[in-house]
Amino acid sequence: MECMDREQLREIQGIRLRKIVDYVYHNTPFYRKKFQEMDLNPEDIRDIDDISKLPFTNKLDLRDNYPFGLAAVPMSQIVRIHASSGTTGKPVVVLYTRKDLATWAESISRAFTAYGADNTDIFQISYGYGLFTGGLGAHDGATNIGASVIPISSGNTQKQITLMHDFGATTLCCTPSYALFLAEALKTSGYKRDEFKLKRGCFGAEPWTENMRKELEQNLGIKAYDIYGLSEVAGPGVGYECECQNGTHLNEDYYYPEIVDPKTGDSLPEGTLGELCFTHLTKEGMPLLRYRTHDLTALHYDKCGCGRTFVRMDRILGRCDDMLIIRGVNVFPTQIEAVILSLKEFEPHYLLTVNRENSTDTMELKVEVREEYYTDEMSQMVALQKKLVNELRSVIGLGFDVKLAEPQSIERSTGKAKHVIDNRKL
Amino acid sequence: MITENFNLIIEYIMVAKQLSVFLENKSGRLTEVTQVLGNHGINLSALSIADNSDFGIMRCIVSDPDLAYKALKDAHFAVKITDVIGFSCPNTSGSLAMVLKYLSDNDVFIEYMYSFANGDVANVIIRPSDIENCEKILSEKKVDLIAASDLYKL
Repeated sequence: MECMDREQLREIQGIRLRKIVDYVYHNTPFYRKKFQEMDLNPEDIRDIDDISKLPFTNKLDLRDNYPFGLAAVPMSQIVRIHASSGTTGKPVVVLYTRKDLATWAESISRAFTAYGADNTDIFQISYGYGLFTGGLGAHDGATNIGASVIPISSGNTQKQITLMHDFGATTLCCTPSYALFLAEALKTSGYKRDEFKLKRGCFGAEPWTENMRKELEQNLGIKAYDIYGLSEVAGPGVGYECECQNGTHLNEDYYYPEIVDPKTGDSLPEGTLGELCFTHLTKEGMPLLRYRTHDLTALHYDKCGCGRTFVRMDRILGRCDDMLIIRGVNVFPTQIEAVILSLKEFEPHYLLTVNRENSTDTMELKVEVREEYYTDEMSQMVALQKKLVNELRSVIGLGFDVKLAEPQSIERSTGKAKHVIDNRKL
Repeated sequence: MITENFNLIIEYIMVAKQLSVFLENKSGRLTEVTQVLGNHGINLSALSIADNSDFGIMRCIVSDPDLAYKALKDAHFAVKITDVIGFSCPNTSGSLAMVLKYLSDNDVFIEYMYSFANGDVANVIIRPSDIENCEKILSEKKVDLIAASDLYKL
């Protein structure tokens, strides 16, 4: 599939889209109602280009239909229920039939295969197991390719290191921020690097940067690959990097991607930065049309050096809802992270606190200095602080109040890292 | 020859180890550092803090610098060991100026210093730009250098 001719692929996508539109019209009352409101008939959708006629689906629609309102099959056919952590409001629920689980496992298998993994590998799955799709998703994918799975879940860092060592894990699956944390713990574990068999890491579930990749590859002595996904669409494995690492290939035979303007919803041309949307082409349990991911990226359709024709997505620049507007400037946490990682004096952990004082936004950025760069001299510490302030100003164009923090004082997370606290009441 | 001077018997190590601890400017941090030291039976003989609005650097002379270094490191403090020189001079006007002039005349600069007077004498700890040269000059000028081992016991 991944290397098929694009014309043929578009034809298949068209056929699948027609089918799914017809399917949701008859099985999901929510979409039938939307179609009727828009005066749209399933027959109006003839090929993949007609996708822009379809309505969008937002996270709010999922919340409004909590818990099972968007199911297209009776619950007797649902074999798995996942849900987002629900930090804001009700959790977002996703439903899978047996076939949906198989499709998902196939999606992740393509990812793992692209990373060069096979049935001789031992996978340490350090994503959280549970309602979060990371753990079980990676688990099923690794099982599907016949690899040996260590279902250790996240946390308990000492045990992670012991088992990674004793079981000879070759592949680590976790969030990039937890991988950094593990790398730190490895250094002080007393084991030598050559006692580990670890070759590669599959990192995802939060946006990360090229600098972070370098950092992880260096500290863990591995090849680090991006795995992309979101539970509303499937979970991890919606997209993955190949050996060329020049973008994330999306499994577009299952999940059809589009880039739209986050404000107007207009489709944007190839290579333009915008919001990523997905339409399920084969899902049974809870198919979604043009689901707005809030992830900001661009798509590229030229053939990749690896031979795959599947569309490539740029690294996620951020999320439209992660984006902070500070004094009118769009700021993505990933930009801040990239600046910090580009300076060797700082640890890759940070906490940005945004406040509004007398109608002016203020940003306090806490960072830890690397151990060897703490000095006894005030002037040098102040110079270090200034260096980061200047670098941030030149890249982002804003003055940050940089606070140097003590070692290990910024909270490490075992799941998705919390990097921003916005105290402004907007 | 200068070897006749009691204070310059060469067996004494004059360069002392000072601990420098980076501290965020938040309440309780100083308490925590001193608690860690106290729990390890380490005594503080001299202490100074350099600070700006965001952070401070605590510099101190302790009874056992190596143990203190390890204890603070284990408690996740950013701690460094820096070489300093201690000397004493009469607690009278002009005597510190005289010593400092020896150094400035020889292009040795002071990065920082702290001192405490005790009766007739004043003890001074300095971090010079060139520690070897500093030690040499002060010895030649017969300044009353404090041996590291004595400094730790003050």
